[in-house]
Amino acid sequence: MASVTLESVRKVYAGNVEAVKGVSLDIADGSFCVLVGPSGCGKSTLLRMIAGLETITAGKIRIGDRIVNDIEPAERDIAMVFQNYALYPHMNVYDNMAYGLRNRGTPKPEIDKRVREAARILAIEPFLDRKPRQLSGGQRQRVAMGRAIVRKPQVFLFDEPLSNLDAKLRVQMRVEIKRLQRALGVTSVYVTHDQVEAMTLSDKLVVMNHGVIEQIGTPSDVYRRPQTRFVATFIGSPPMNIMEGIVEGPNLVSVGGSLLPVADMRADLKADTRIHVGIRPEDVRVVEDGGTAFRIDVDFIEELGATQLFHGKIAGDEFVLQAPTGLIAASARQLALTVDATNVHLFDRETGQRLGQVDP
Amino acid sequence: MQKRAVFGSRIVPYALLAPQLAITLVFFYWPASQAVWQSFHLEDAFGLSTEFVGFENYVHLFSQPEYYRAMWTTLVFSTAVTVLSLSVALYLAVMADKQLRAAATYKTLLMWPYAVAPAVAGVLWLFMFQPSLGLVARGLRLWGLDWNPLLNGTHAMTLVVLAATWKQISYNFLFFLAGLQAIPKSLIEASAIDGAGPTRRFWTIIFPLLSPTTFFLIVVNVVYVFFDTFGIIDAVTGGGPAKATETLVYKVYSDGRLGGDLGGSAAQSVILMFIVIALTAIQFRYIERKVTY
Repeated sequence: MASVTLESVRKVYAGNVEAVKGVSLDIADGSFCVLVGPSGCGKSTLLRMIAGLETITAGKIRIGDRIVNDIEPAERDIAMVFQNYALYPHMNVYDNMAYGLRNRGTPKPEIDKRVREAARILAIEPFLDRKPRQLSGGQRQRVAMGRAIVRKPQVFLFDEPLSNLDAKLRVQMRVEIKRLQRALGVTSVYVTHDQVEAMTLSDKLVVMNHGVIEQIGTPSDVYRRPQTRFVATFIGSPPMNIMEGIVEGPNLVSVGGSLLPVADMRADLKADTRIHVGIRPEDVRVVEDGGTAFRIDVDFIEELGATQLFHGKIAGDEFVLQAPTGLIAASARQLALTVDATNVHLFDRETGQRLGQVDP
Repeated sequence: MQKRAVFGSRIVPYALLAPQLAITLVFFYWPASQAVWQSFHLEDAFGLSTEFVGFENYVHLFSQPEYYRAMWTTLVFSTAVTVLSLSVALYLAVMADKQLRAAATYKTLLMWPYAVAPAVAGVLWLFMFQPSLGLVARGLRLWGLDWNPLLNGTHAMTLVVLAATWKQISYNFLFFLAGLQAIPKSLIEASAIDGAGPTRRFWTIIFPLLSPTTFFLIVVNVVYVFFDTFGIIDAVTGGGPAKATETLVYKVYSDGRLGGDLGGSAAQSVILMFIVIALTAIQFRYIERKVTY
């Protein structure tokens, strides 16, 4: 097992396209790190650089205490699970898993032992003689995992491994990957654009956008205290509401004429500064009309089963409210809302940075 | 989306098919049936009298040592050209598949020989290797090799093999390159991570995945060598010296046109026809099943 360390890693493609703009990251030994971000944010490039499939333009990548910048993928002691699984179509499941060991000259009895053990763990023993095309998507996914674990590498790399599966299987495999990683204790780096996958799998969540890291933290950290407006709207579903607001005084802002107390607010913000105010759809409560309430006009309602989404507008900005089904009358045209001061997030209108106290 | 085309009139589809059918009938079925008819007849050199002789043409054919010799020549010729052109084309395609700066130019240049007519290609090689004038031939003589394809059968065969191979490499290259590009990049990356070096990667991953392309090309190349190399042989050696480069298809021509034995020549054509039918059948039977995975 080993830690993975990135030091100011950059990737510039031909034509001066900068895909990764100076990323530094520490991934502790045995932890599960998820890189999440929209497509084109550089997360896959970063993973492929750790794998050795892309050259590193600048910076250093360490696996354990070895700098691997100039080391071939085969020598980095990593295993990778690809989005399309990349199983060798002309080999059966057994040979697919044994291939990496055979290339390394592992003795035959040892190969057999390891392949059968991996097959047992992943419940693919009945399929060892089959070709990949005779397997379902979930089974192929397991074989791809099996090919990674037989090698007993120091690091697992996952490149959106669940995105080709249907929704139900994806949830199931997500749980299995987590369980497997816990059991084996192998350092893992996992790339996804799905924020639910990111939240559920990670010990350490890394949110990326436009080739830079927006925030690193535990999933609950990132959810509770997003450091940028991008993170605030990317993590969480439905996304956080962002509204125009004005600073009224210390720990007080106004949105659409209503005053909102704010717990986490930078002390040096001057009154009348225009800012962005973020409130999660699940953090608001409906109240009787009163002093600290703000109002939304309801446009329509989305049914999610356990909860309902009320779509409306507040002073021209879109607003979504999530509430347990039945709590609010579906006929409501206007709602008076309140929110705890700890659940109001402020962001700079220009830079999108959080305007909170430096040390919470 | 509707898969079947629907026509307003019943005549339109037939009208659209007619030109293709007419061409096939006039240029294939008509001459082919005439060949079958002729192969059962004996005709004098001026075409004045024709006599039905049954299978006599075929019997005569198989009693000729020359016919077996032409078969052997064809076998040697087709094996040499197929093996040589496939392996060179595969090598070039693997190289071209790498990211090269001038890849487009390189590919275009490799494509060109295919656009050269067989007879022109033949003349080109004939010039280069002509014993007394040819540039390459002079070079070979300087190296101490007594190069003379006009007298030496092996030299003549080498020359036609080279010319035929050169022309066929482009075609094979194109298919191999397409085949290589159809292999998902992630498979190559997975095998790199799995610790396979470039050579091992080629033989354990790339080459097996190319096998449908390779098999298709083997069949196409054999058919090519059987028939389309007539122009090259005619231009370079004319089947000589001493019939050392006379393939089956060239023998059809020399016996029929030059020798005036229309019946025997027709019988050879019919046999060639069966060979092609057999090759095509093999291709359809195996390419769809065994080699694909």
